[in-house]
Amino acid sequence: MQLFLEIGNYSRLLYEAIRSMTEFKTYRKNLFAEMVKTGYDSLGIVSLAGFFTGAVLTIQTSYQFTSALIPKSTIGAITSQSMIIELAAVISGLVLAGRVGARIATELGTMRVSEQIDALESMGFNSVTFLVMPRLLAGIVMFPIVYMAAVVFGIFGGIMAGIMTNSVTVFEFMEGARLFFFPWDVAFGMIKSFVFGFVITSISCYKGYYAAGGAEGVGNATTQATVLSCIYVLVSSFLLAAILL
Amino acid sequence: MIEVINLTKSFGKNLIWENVNLTIHEGETLAVIGKSGSGKSVLIKHLNALMYPDSGKVLIDGKNIFELSYVDLRLVRQKFGVLFQGAALFDSISAHENVAFPLRYFTKMTESEINTRVLECLDMVNLADIGDKSTADLSGGMRKRVGLARAIVLQPKYLLYDEPTSGLDPETSNEINELIVHMTKNLSITSVVISHDMHSVLDVAEKAAFIDGQQLRWYGTIDELKKSDDSRLIEFTRASEYQI
Ligand SMILES: Nc1ncnc2c1ncn2[C@@H]1O[C@H](COP(=O)(O)OP(=O)(O)O)[C@@H](O)[C@H]1O
Ligand SMILES: [Mg+2]
Repeated sequence: MQLFLEIGNYSRLLYEAIRSMTEFKTYRKNLFAEMVKTGYDSLGIVSLAGFFTGAVLTIQTSYQFTSALIPKSTIGAITSQSMIIELAAVISGLVLAGRVGARIATELGTMRVSEQIDALESMGFNSVTFLVMPRLLAGIVMFPIVYMAAVVFGIFGGIMAGIMTNSVTVFEFMEGARLFFFPWDVAFGMIKSFVFGFVITSISCYKGYYAAGGAEGVGNATTQATVLSCIYVLVSSFLLAAILL
Repeated sequence: MIEVINLTKSFGKNLIWENVNLTIHEGETLAVIGKSGSGKSVLIKHLNALMYPDSGKVLIDGKNIFELSYVDLRLVRQKFGVLFQGAALFDSISAHENVAFPLRYFTKMTESEINTRVLECLDMVNLADIGDKSTADLSGGMRKRVGLARAIVLQPKYLLYDEPTSGLDPETSNEINELIVHMTKNLSITSVVISHDMHSVLDVAEKAAFIDGQQLRWYGTIDELKKSDDSRLIEFTRASEYQI
């Protein structure tokens, strides 16, 4: 029963947001601010996560491939392809589920319990257009860009680790990466991060927008938003792989 | 004119009040009194359809707002200014911008016209020198006054005040009460003031509505209130004498 109610409210919020997409004037200012907060401000942490993931992947792969029969370029191929297809998107998704999800749920939750959303509505604003739409849009536009940063820094991290541990040269690494580079893999990663952007921002907006019960309520909304975002990032990653690969 | 007709509201199994009937004429100030938790805020949120009732109507200038489409409802809501209990200032922008906010979105005023109007409203609430202070730096009384300036900036026909003096020291409370009287008299705004502070009720209102025991227990003019022999009402007014 509770579940149906939640799904109903969630769909209603999304429907209301998407329906008001054309009222660009209302959310233009917020959209730009959100794109900065969601995308630009996340580049640092996501690049860092990507860098270390790529580095670890390279070290681990060269550790596992001890046979001299396997060319060293395979290490580059595995690292870059894993980053592009799966890891860059999922790692950045999980990092941003915490970073962006928590921020959105806290912001909207605080606005709800301090009656700021009521204040917007009572002035004659559509609070969904004003608050939810720009966050949603910023998420789906900026996540693919953040994903690209994770890929680039992941490959960079892989190369650096290869040099530092003397396991693979830049040339060998790039040869493998190029040999196993398929544009479709990049497209798949982009689609994934696009979906993650939608999943994380919509869940967090929903939890924050319907928060109730003072500071504790906002805390609960934030916790639920990040936990649910992580779960649904993993679930949708699985579903997309099953459907598209 | 605001007419509340047979309004009933519950949250799940929790009945807040039932069959409330009220009429607020143009230029009148109604005080809604009652214990904390009696549903005063819930009642005021029905007047501009921030909440929907189980049954009953609220007519604003003859139109039942619960039957309006969202687009039409938003137009009706623009006739209202609301001062929320915690002032509900937008904390991501400055105090000045809070007041300018409705002007930016709902008028075609130029930047200098907006500035003039904002200063005019801030002056009305005695905050002309607030400048670009962040809302976080304001005291409770200042927050309420900024909230009030924001509520009147679009020259509303109706003003709703949710506990305008709660949490304030007596002196600041008096100032706010004077402001409310000034707003209603000089700008001839129709007002509904929620309060559990009898002093401010006697100061500002012409009529009072007393919510008690999940219903509108008593409703009449302030003169009638002073003479009323309703036991619950007497109990309530006595209790609040000692509250300050
Ligand atoms: N959104 C809501 N959901 C459920 N219960 C609510 C909601 N808003 C208010 N209530 C309940 O309604 C009752 C009256 O609240 P309120 O109108 O805020 O009282 P007050 O007279 O102090 O303003 C309280 O018991 C409160 O718990
Ligand atoms: Mg209240």
